[in-house]
Parts: sequence; structure tokens; C-alpha cells
Amino acid sequence: MGAQLRVYKRRIRSVTATKKITKAMEMIAASRVVKAQRKVAASTPYAQELTRAVTAVGTGSNTKHPLTTEAENPTRAAVLLLTSDRGLAGAFNSNAIKAAEQLTERLEREGRQVDTYIVGRRGLAHYNFRERKVAESFAGFTDEPSYADAKKVAAPLIEAIEKETAEGGVDELHIVYTEFVSMMTQTAVDSRLLPLSLDEVATESATKDEILPLYDFEPSAEDVLDALLPRYVESRIYNALLQSAASKHAATRRAMKSATDNAGELINTLSRLANAARQAEITQEISEIVGGASALADANAGSDN
Amino acid sequence: MAADLHVALVAADREVWSGEATLVVARTTSGDIGVMPGHQPLLGVLESGPVTIRTSDGGTVVAAVHGGFISFADNKLSLLAEIAELSDEIDVQRAERELERAKAEGDAHAERRADVRLRAAAGR
Repeated sequence: MGAQLRVYKRRIRSVTATKKITKAMEMIAASRVVKAQRKVAASTPYAQELTRAVTAVGTGSNTKHPLTTEAENPTRAAVLLLTSDRGLAGAFNSNAIKAAEQLTERLEREGRQVDTYIVGRRGLAHYNFRERKVAESFAGFTDEPSYADAKKVAAPLIEAIEKETAEGGVDELHIVYTEFVSMMTQTAVDSRLLPLSLDEVATESATKDEILPLYDFEPSAEDVLDALLPRYVESRIYNALLQSAASKHAATRRAMKSATDNAGELINTLSRLANAARQAEITQEISEIVGGASALADANAGSDN
Repeated sequence: MAADLHVALVAADREVWSGEATLVVARTTSGDIGVMPGHQPLLGVLESGPVTIRTSDGGTVVAAVHGGFISFADNKLSLLAEIAELSDEIDVQRAERELERAKAEGDAHAERRADVRLRAAAGR
């Protein structure tokens, strides 16, 4: 075998191996998307009921709570950015990071100091590399977040928002995550979690036209709201974590699918080149034989004379 | 008698139980409360404790609920809990071990959780 042909063959072998790996990763990601979607669906009843309850307290009583009242001059804001622990997901992480950076810039333009909280090693690595300050970071659960993880993430945020701004607390809490729209579309979105605007919550809850009954609060409206709001934040963060995980798997699936397709194309191109090289080799061999034979014939003809 | 209650016991990551019932007893921060069909709309904070549901077909469902809310309106009752387990899902031996460990470590929360689990399992 010629040297050229050997090189092509070797490359085809290695690309085939890569293709097998990306194909497997694509299938794994595809099955994980379905799982993650199921988890999103399973968490929906709780989120819905909680939203209903928050709306009920918010509209059914005149309770004022630090988590629902807007500060007059917000000076500090917390941004929670959800990324993934692992890459190989196309533009998934960079889109989320970009959205977070745009939000941070906007908030800073409005005169707020921004504390960044990050979930996922990718986002953390991005910020650390640029030597930006990160208030707190969490990692290790982005593929399959549990409710306990959401609680862990929410705890320092709730603490920060309950603290006075002068003592290092924050006035606002924003969250940046990747919304799972469909298998093909995932968009990085930012939304303000706190202070809660009850109108927004009311329009969010599925039962818009329904008139909420006058609830009897046990023990009191303030206490109920006190207990409800942290749970509400946790459930929102949980939902965002789940959606982010589903989006990540969908993005991985897509990235791996195009990697598999590209590998297939590359194999085709390389096989054609290898065929051409083999053919060239054969042609050369034939012409060498023919040339050798005619040279021999010429020599023999010469000696006869 | 008014129609039966429609009860949904929902944990953060799944729906634990739902169905028709005639009476639901739960523990709120200000004491046990029983809800029957036609109760006044109610929204309360739950303590960690067992919840007893008397179903329409005469059975009883007991669940260990750790924190959460009870909300009732229009004969629909929702029990929201971060963690909720039906009594037959509870591993008694594990709960007992947890209880002992919590007692040894003086972890009041864990002790309470394990205690509630055991009591729910005993009431099944």
C-alpha cells in the first residue's frame, strides 16, 4: 500500500471512531431530554398550586412584605446565572452567559451594583478566567437537579434579599436561564424573581379569569406570606434548573447530531480521496510495468541487431 | 351532604396522591385542623406531621408531610409539601435508624422528621 493511501485509511478509521462516540452521545442526550422533560412536567402541579396560593394571599390581603415591595432606590441586585457543568452543548452556555452579561450591563447602567451567583462549572470557569467576582457558585447537579439542590441555591439568595442593603443585602433578584421551548428551540431568558410583582404572578397562573375566593388565613396572612414566598422562590429556581437541564440535553443532542453528520461527510470525502489515491497508485504501477516492458523490448530489439 | 372533597397531595417534584375524600386532618402551625366538604376557603401553613385523609370509599390514607401549605377553596383541597410520603412508602426500619441517629446527634429537625414518618407509618 502506498504511503498516501495509508494516511487516508488511518484518518478514516479515526473519524469512524469519533462518529461512533458522537452518535452514542447523541442518543444518550436524546433519552435524557425526555427524562428531564418528564421532571419538568412532574414539578408543574406544585408550582401551579404555589402560584395560586401566592396570588391568593397577594390579592386577598393588604399585606406588605419585603419580598413584594419594591425598594425606592434599588442599589444592589443579585443575578443568578444557570449554566451546565459540562460542555459539548453547542452555544448553550455561551448564550446563557451572554444573556447574563447583557442583563448585568443594563442593571449597572441603571446604577445598581450586581452580585453574581452561578450554577454550573462552565459559567464559573468563564467568570474566573476573566477574574470577575462571583458571590457564590454551585456545581455538580446540573444534569439532574433535585429539589434539595434548588433549596441549596435559593438559601443564600433569600438570605441576601432579606438583609438590609447597607449590610450587604440586595434589593432585587434576577435569574438567567435557558428556557426549553421545544426540542429544537431553547432560548436564554432573564426574569426578575424578586421583588415579586403580584400582577405578573396573577397573569402567569393558568386560571386567569377565575375570581379567587376570600381565604381564611391560618395563622395569619403575614405568616402565610412569610412562609410562602421563600417556597415560591425555591420552586421557581427548581423549575428554572429543570428547564435549563432539559435545554442542555437538547442542545447536546443537536450538537452531537451535527458532529455525527459532519463525521459522515468527512468519511465520504476521505474515502473518495483514498479511492483516487488507490487508483493513481494502480495507474502508476501499470505505467511502470508497461514502461519497463517496452524498455526491455527496446533493449532486446537492440541486441538482436 | 355536600359533594366530596377533591384532594391533591403534591410534593415539589411529583403528585403524591389525589382523589376524593370526606375528611382531611392536617397539622398547621396553630394546631390540628380538619377540613370537610363545604369548609370556608382556607390557606394555612403546615407543620411537619402526619396528614390523614378519609377517602370517599371508606379507606384511610396517611402521609408524612414535612412543611408546606394547605389550601382549600371550592371543595378543592391542595396539600403542598416539599417532601411528602405516603405511609406505605415509608421504610420503617430506615426511619427508626434515622430517629436514633438524630437523637444521638441532637439534630432536632431530623428527629422530628423521622418521628413523623414513624407515626404516619403506624397510623396506616
